[in-house]
Amino acid sequence: MILIREVEESIALKYSENKMRCPTHLCIGQEAISSGVSLNLRPIDTVVSTHRSHGHYLGKGGNLGKMIAEIYGKTDGCSKGYGGSMHLIDLDVNFMGSTAIVGNSMPVGVGLALSSKLENYKSISCIYFGEGCTEEGIFSESINFAIVSNLPALFVCENNFYSVYSDLKPRQPKNRKIHKMVSAMGIKTFYADGNKVLDVYKTTNKAIKYIKKYKKPVFLEFATYRWREHCGPNYDNSIGYRTEKEFAKWKNKDPINEFKNYLVKNKIINANLIDKFYLSTNRKVARAFKFAEKSNFPSEKDLFKNIYA
Amino acid sequence: MPKLRIIKFHESINEAMTIAMKSNRKVLCFGLGVDDPKRIFNTTKNLKEKFGANRVFDTPTSENAMTGVGIGLSLQGYLPVMVHQRFDFFLLAMDQLVNGAAKWFYMFGGQKNVPITIRLIVGRGWGQGPTHSQSLHSWFAHIPGLKVVMPSSAHDAKGLLLSSIFDKNPVIFIEHRWLHNTTSFVPKEKYFIPLSKSNIVKKGSDITIVANSYMTLEAIKASEFLEINKISIEIIDLRTISPIDYSTIYKSVKKTKKLLVLDISNEKFGIAAEIVSNITINLFKYLKIPPAIIASPNAPTPTSFALTKNFYPTHKEIIIKIFEMNNRKLNKNNIPKNKNLHDVPGEWFKGPF
Ligand SMILES: Cc1ncc(C[n+]2csc(CCOP(=O)(O)OP(=O)(O)O)c2C)c(N)n1
Repeated sequence: MILIREVEESIALKYSENKMRCPTHLCIGQEAISSGVSLNLRPIDTVVSTHRSHGHYLGKGGNLGKMIAEIYGKTDGCSKGYGGSMHLIDLDVNFMGSTAIVGNSMPVGVGLALSSKLENYKSISCIYFGEGCTEEGIFSESINFAIVSNLPALFVCENNFYSVYSDLKPRQPKNRKIHKMVSAMGIKTFYADGNKVLDVYKTTNKAIKYIKKYKKPVFLEFATYRWREHCGPNYDNSIGYRTEKEFAKWKNKDPINEFKNYLVKNKIINANLIDKFYLSTNRKVARAFKFAEKSNFPSEKDLFKNIYA
Repeated sequence: MPKLRIIKFHESINEAMTIAMKSNRKVLCFGLGVDDPKRIFNTTKNLKEKFGANRVFDTPTSENAMTGVGIGLSLQGYLPVMVHQRFDFFLLAMDQLVNGAAKWFYMFGGQKNVPITIRLIVGRGWGQGPTHSQSLHSWFAHIPGLKVVMPSSAHDAKGLLLSSIFDKNPVIFIEHRWLHNTTSFVPKEKYFIPLSKSNIVKKGSDITIVANSYMTLEAIKASEFLEINKISIEIIDLRTISPIDYSTIYKSVKKTKKLLVLDISNEKFGIAAEIVSNITINLFKYLKIPPAIIASPNAPTPTSFALTKNFYPTHKEIIIKIFEMNNRKLNKNNIPKNKNLHDVPGEWFKGPF
């Protein structure tokens, strides 16, 4: 969680240098989900994700330097500069790709789950998406197929209540519980507070056990909140689509602080150790930025390089 | 003489929407973010306040279904205007558009028409990349039953949008993001610019340039330098790419005997290739030299700043090509340079989208 937070904060800080020239969606405030879910995934398990995927990528163990280099549009980027922040990949850790069109990667994750079933359920396919995705037709099409085909798919819905600047009101009925709606399709579902990393961890753990035992998919919904603007490095509570009060409430539920307090209070680790961890993390992040800055830009003729395999 | 009023492209779109909604209560406006604080780059500003939440509304992230909803509304006489912040997002709605909207009038024997308008915004620059900067207007032009409109100025945007909204057919109305901040003379009152009629932006005699959308601006920019160098170009801005107005192009090519076609999208299998093929078939004997095309390379748009450096052709490529087509020598150093970095249109745009 701390790594993801520090990386995202550094991007936010440096974005105005105008060197990261691509649409960038930060996940500050939502780190507990990536962390709690990822701890349950084995290297062989696959992940697909969305436009807001930095946390999912890092959680799976994706290479940090390559991610930053990708945002800088450099050859050392994880997509060699072709994709930018919204199109991350790290095959070494089975992070199979994040894509920028809402719902786009969801059926791809289902395909990965089907391939696993064909190989005797050797891996689990983790599929991240936001609650906005649940409004697309492809959402129910994908889940339906995973259910009828008994696929080892872990659907992870991060419900941060907003799609760009639209709250839920025009998009979903009041009091809808997404997990309950999906449960009615015939899939096992769980719901937890997405800002409590232990809850996320335990819930995911249950889900994975269920997938393995019954060879069936599971759907998880986690409630959380994005702190910064939908796309870009700034805060945007002032523009009027959400209230400062609501923001403050969620900021108070900072997933990192909550967990830190829990660890210290229960004497699991002492605060010094956490500080040390921050130090080493910050060094790591600084190294990644240095790596990205130093990396070369692709040459223009590479434009035609990867059109056909 | 009436006082010239100069406004921005996004203001002119907003004005057209306001006039349309005021003049006909059946006009509706919906799409993701039409009533959010950013108001689709200001183009839907104040619409909800003026016309109410029944007529101006945000939607779920459901592009395909909402397109079908638009068709259903139009069957009962409504005139829906749907908006997508990126062309690319609308690709989810291909079934409703192609199998539905485009065919309805035809397959039911001309009994029910589908007067919907779909506004699509084409992204460019700041690493918009492979899935946030496509303009697939040529796809739509390939489909009988659809009209495809591509304004190039604030003036045209207003008159063309009004014509699109009140047209009896489904109209795809394509706005280039880099045009949103451009300005031009825009009359205050309601006016219609006819669809399927192109516009001669500049008269000339040495060569015909056929352009659309943002490329019209590049052509105009090129013409200033060409003028100084005594090359007289005729610029035709298509305004509507389908159904296309060939008669204006024919007339011009018969006069200049040379043709250069510009497009904002990929070069191959697109509108430019269609025009070149048509002119070659029909006016072959008039042509002095083979027609030419300037458009983007046939590659997806990459994200990296370095890879997009020469991705989008500018006035410079146009000038070089026209000198070549007129057998003239050119010192390329004399071509005026753009003062902005290649991935932004000006100071006003710094991403992120
Ligand atoms: C098909 C499609 N429609 C619209 C968009 C524009 N868009 C980008 S991100 C986003 C928000 C989606 O919300 P959600 O899935 O909840 O994810 P969040 O941004 O909250 O993480 C939207 C609408 C898009 N990328 N693709």
